Amino acid sequence: MRTGDTAQLIDMTGLEALFGALHERDYTIVGPTVRDGTVTMAELETAAELPWGWAADTGPGHYRLRRRDDDAGFAHCAGPQSVKTFLHPPRARLWSADRTPDGVTTTGPEPPTKRYALVGVHPCDVAALAVLDRVLAHGEHPDPVYTARRDGTLVVTAECTEPGETCFCASMGTGPAATGGYDLALTELLDGGHRFLVRAGSPAGADLLERLPARPASPVDVAAADTAVQQAAATMPRRMPDGPLPELIAANRESPHWADVASRCLTCGNCTMVCPTCFCVSTTDVTDLTGEHAERWRQWDSCFSVDFSYVHGGPVRASGASRYRQWISHKLGTWHEQFGMSGCVGCGRCIAWCPAGIDITREAAALAGEPS
Amino acid sequence: MTAVVTATASGVIPRPYRVIHRHEDTADTVTLELDRAGEGLPEFGPGQFAMLTAYGIGEVPISLSGSRGTRLIHTIRAVGAVTRALCAAAPGEVIGVRGPFGTQWDVGAAAGHDVLVVAGGIGLAPLRPVVERLLADRLAYGRVAILVGARQPRELLYPGDLRRWATHVRVEVIVDRPAPGWRGRSGLVTELIPLAGVDAGRAVAYLCGPEVMMRATARALLDRGVAADRVWLSLERAMRCGAGWCGHCQLGPLLLCRDGPVVGYPVAEPLLNVREL
Amino acid sequence: MTTLAVWKFASCDGCQLSLLDCEDELLAVADRVRIAHFPEATRATEPGPYDISLVEGSITTPGDARRIHEIRAMSRILITIGACATAGGVQALRNSADVAEYASVVYARPEYLDTLATSTPIAAHVDVDYELHGCPIDRGQLLETIGALLVGRKPDLPEHSVCFECKRRNNVCVVVAYGEPCLGPVTRAGCGAICPAFRRGCFGCFGPAERPNDEAEAALLESTGMSGPDIERMRRLFDPGTEPVGGTS
Repeated sequence: MRTGDTAQLIDMTGLEALFGALHERDYTIVGPTVRDGTVTMAELETAAELPWGWAADTGPGHYRLRRRDDDAGFAHCAGPQSVKTFLHPPRARLWSADRTPDGVTTTGPEPPTKRYALVGVHPCDVAALAVLDRVLAHGEHPDPVYTARRDGTLVVTAECTEPGETCFCASMGTGPAATGGYDLALTELLDGGHRFLVRAGSPAGADLLERLPARPASPVDVAAADTAVQQAAATMPRRMPDGPLPELIAANRESPHWADVASRCLTCGNCTMVCPTCFCVSTTDVTDLTGEHAERWRQWDSCFSVDFSYVHGGPVRASGASRYRQWISHKLGTWHEQFGMSGCVGCGRCIAWCPAGIDITREAAALAGEPS
Repeated sequence: MTAVVTATASGVIPRPYRVIHRHEDTADTVTLELDRAGEGLPEFGPGQFAMLTAYGIGEVPISLSGSRGTRLIHTIRAVGAVTRALCAAAPGEVIGVRGPFGTQWDVGAAAGHDVLVVAGGIGLAPLRPVVERLLADRLAYGRVAILVGARQPRELLYPGDLRRWATHVRVEVIVDRPAPGWRGRSGLVTELIPLAGVDAGRAVAYLCGPEVMMRATARALLDRGVAADRVWLSLERAMRCGAGWCGHCQLGPLLLCRDGPVVGYPVAEPLLNVREL
Repeated sequence: MTTLAVWKFASCDGCQLSLLDCEDELLAVADRVRIAHFPEATRATEPGPYDISLVEGSITTPGDARRIHEIRAMSRILITIGACATAGGVQALRNSADVAEYASVVYARPEYLDTLATSTPIAAHVDVDYELHGCPIDRGQLLETIGALLVGRKPDLPEHSVCFECKRRNNVCVVVAYGEPCLGPVTRAGCGAICPAFRRGCFGCFGPAERPNDEAEAALLESTGMSGPDIERMRRLFDPGTEPVGGTS
């Protein structure tokens, strides 16, 4: 929790100082900002670019920016993309190769040119980073593209004090409080002056915090932060059904409900693309027209593509029903067996950014036989 | 947070291997013997696979079908652009290799048991290292039978090996569609099981072939009293990385590049019974 | 050297121009490929057969229907380029209208016209090896296809939805965030999601994606305020749903 002697308090000047300190240390800062009618994660120069006074109204298949009647900068729910975009890029060159007299010379993925400080990441997305770490960095064959970007990335989380209509992190145990995986954690407080409770979660975070114009947080501030986050959890409108999801999913492999979802599902793949943990990729080999230079590129792929499961003879998962089943089964069920954790962090993006408004919590509830 | 490991790029970069020998097994199947043209790869076990790159064309997973010292032997059937390019690779040409990936046939665990090797079509390729390992330590095992099915006589792989193996262990061959001049058996590979001459109660079975053939074979073996947890299958799904992070090779809870391709029947059976899983 | 021929049927020439538009790459193309027939670019014409034929436009006259068979016979690989050639084009809207009546209104001497009642894609008449969709085609796909064929690679021509490309280029979904009607979820990728990048809904010029769920898409368009007839018109613009044409020779 936020108690203890480590909680500090900074104001807007302190937040500007944080940006300054990160720039001084050569971090490229990525944080939420208003762009294209959304609050989205982008490279930021100053704290002024944060979405002060903006929130978003979300619902199944629905997202609209909304002006707030206060100046909150972190009271927006998950936007169109997570920080996955920066650490697991949509497209990356794995290698390029040239023919030489005695063989082939291959050089492989370019090292990243930037070191990121991810500022204002909500706890659900911090949990998603832990999921990507497990999949892409902690297996027997780590992914060099992800690990090169992830290594040295600094995380400043902002606890969630105002969940959106589509949020359900509380039922996934990933939020709204920050419980780990961060260097610094902020809790935004508005009543009684705009200020931020700050806690360090790592030596790097503690070192940064020492350099900020901060003062110890009073018990009143700490209590206010506790209340704000607890209220967020209490008012969260959606939740996953109770009980172990992997068993629920495994027991429903032949459920008629998959056909019901398929009648509504566009199999467009948007849910997988906006999901902060969906990691699937395809590779494509290309040549220049001379044929002497070859490259292998990889890009985000999705289990909603028919080609995704293609083996000689045809696709394994041809029907829309089987592709939706694969996605939700992996996310909520088999992810546990493959990686020892859930693939869902409850950010709600797949609900908001599904053009058909399909709601993973409702589909899971239907499988569980809960009344909708 | 800096809590992740830094991966070297070596996992995604194919190592150059030169084609030393190229042998046309059938009209559409070729066996390549490869030797490293630079830094080589760690030793492959039987059942494991490599990702083979035809530069500029693409990459496919291909099981090891043999080895000779540091040389890798792969048998490839031309079914798409990449496998066509690999099959066309002439001696001297360089192709890319990554690996070894996946689980192995645990041949050692069959010591003291009777052994059944059942192959359909090109499924004999990943099983060839199993047979060679059994023969290399013949006395460690009980009765051994190799049952091979093919669609047509001219699609039979490794006829020389089959003749050599037959001097040590029982080898039975059957084809779906006999051609004029074929004096052997015709039918499905499951029909060979009664001829195997092994003691079902103490047999270990290794199966590789089309999924429908493996399912039928496994069921027939269980019916005859082979224990389910002594039946092993090699499964196939789309694969793009071999490393567990492309997501393509999922079969329910399994990532077949990591948890397979060799999987025990008790794990595989409920998964193979679900359509479009 | 590989020979390339470019052919035109009923179309606006925009797709052929995509080839000329490949300024930087054209020299490399010319290095590997001999352009043997390309009236838009050069008067020189070499006789067939040709290794690769690019065919633009749809079949709208009896003469077209004969000529496409001759071209097919002369071509080792036949690639149709653009929505006219792959789907019949905008001019296929006439398939559900009375052409004779139109002709009598538009032309002073309609009897001079020799036209078919329908505009049909090339694949309705002859076998097609590869299809490059779009209005116009994507020049990246054109170069990828030619480059792939030169080395024996399968061209990378995805059949999934435009949404994949939208998300990969960090476009914001125009349906979800702005309420714009968009055919992206049921339209084949390949354009790079150009229209949504400019906050415009996809109008489907690449034609249907693999296994589109038309009913779910109709519900989506309705939710943006479109009427049933408008939805049908939007859908039919690049997906006339034509059947193969038999008996032409």
